[in-house]
Amino acid sequence: MDKRSVSAAEAVSAIDEGAVVMIGGFGGSGAPIELIHALIDKRPRNLTVINNNAGNGRIGIAAMIDAGMVAKMICSFPKSSDPRAFTERYLAGEIELELVPQGTLAERIRAGGAGIPAFYTPTAYGTELAEGKPVAEFDGRHYVQERWLKADFAIIKAEIGDTHGNLTYSKAARNFNPLMCMAATKTIVQVSKVVEAGGIDPEHVVTPGIFVDHVVEIPSPQQEEEMIRAGLQYEGGVYA
Amino acid sequence: MSADMSNTALAEDTRLSSAQMAWRAAQDIKDGAYVNLGIGFPEMVARYQPPGRQAIFHTENGILNFGEAPKPGQEDWDLINAGKKAVTLKPGAAFFHHADSFAMVRGGHLDVAILGALQVSENGDLANWRVGSKGVPAVGGAMDLVHGAKQVFVITDHATKNGEPKLVETCTFPLTGVACITRIYTSHAVIDIANGRFVLREKLPGMSVEELQAMTGAKLHIEGSVTDLIVPAL
Repeated sequence: MDKRSVSAAEAVSAIDEGAVVMIGGFGGSGAPIELIHALIDKRPRNLTVINNNAGNGRIGIAAMIDAGMVAKMICSFPKSSDPRAFTERYLAGEIELELVPQGTLAERIRAGGAGIPAFYTPTAYGTELAEGKPVAEFDGRHYVQERWLKADFAIIKAEIGDTHGNLTYSKAARNFNPLMCMAATKTIVQVSKVVEAGGIDPEHVVTPGIFVDHVVEIPSPQQEEEMIRAGLQYEGGVYA
Repeated sequence: MSADMSNTALAEDTRLSSAQMAWRAAQDIKDGAYVNLGIGFPEMVARYQPPGRQAIFHTENGILNFGEAPKPGQEDWDLINAGKKAVTLKPGAAFFHHADSFAMVRGGHLDVAILGALQVSENGDLANWRVGSKGVPAVGGAMDLVHGAKQVFVITDHATKNGEPKLVETCTFPLTGVACITRIYTSHAVIDIANGRFVLREKLPGMSVEELQAMTGAKLHIEGSVTDLIVPAL
């Protein structure tokens, strides 16, 4: 078994128009910048993107929005230090937003990966984000029914991957990544280093390889936060 | 001295600063408590832990026991808090994914969550995520954090800059959660929420209950003694 892809471009080549794509990361930490930019080079349109945020500056998810690729965002916090890309398109009515509380977003993705079609949570009960959703009482408290979230693809950043797709992460760059690995039909992962099977201690595996389809090695990956501070923007092919 | 500066000086005499409100809230956090501090002003609470006590701070994006910001230039952008600011780790820190992080929240494992507020109602409803229906809505983890922590505190100015009450009978801004707040630390008082009522526990010594009531949008109840709210100069 060898799940390696030779390049970011090859790894994302199956993502086509209209796909639902989960993108790992919380702000810049754990954001798979090289895979996102490879997807911008391919430029499929009408995508639904699931991420905690909705891009920052002119790179990563923000650059996807700038390129007109995103029809809908499912996220908890579509604001950032430079939220122009999403804000302009949202206020112009050019992008749809499904706003989900952060813990509910995480649990919906986990449920999608775990085969649980719906669950009840106290989060958002009595608020506008629960409007239209079934409510039930358990042991005297009210809970809101939320449904699973699944995707056609997940694009993920991890630290070390082996040829079977077992993964480790770097610090708080873990965030949504292990959940999204579980919830997509095809999971594509960029890692700083690929090792042979056996190169990761099974005790240290965070995401078991069963949840991973493709692994591509991107040594020294770029950090979104540093790129934003440097004022970089990505318009496909080259950095401006 | 400009008119603006004299106003500021006057305000400082008659109300607690943000740091002083954070200090007061910090006095109620026990040694070893697991605590989530909301983004922004509530984060200041971490600076004022009493000597000999060490709370363990949780951040939604998957760290327990993070510490201060690193020195400029030493940031590791894989090591950030929920406000996307760089942090450091203390001995005994742990990383976990987002579903585990919110299991800690919803599952009742946190001892205290401290949040900011636009409005709090007398039955403990909180509005803190959105002013109206304009602009881009963003909720983050606030709606999750108000459910599950054993105690959910608010720290906030007692009234808005225009003098409108933030402690009200019914919130007019969109709700974050229903009947979820247990205690409020304001610029002028400490108030518990019990049985659908604001119960005054502490107030600035220089003001009367009537003066405080006049700044408050719902009735302040008194049960037992009201003590002086005294904090150090910070």
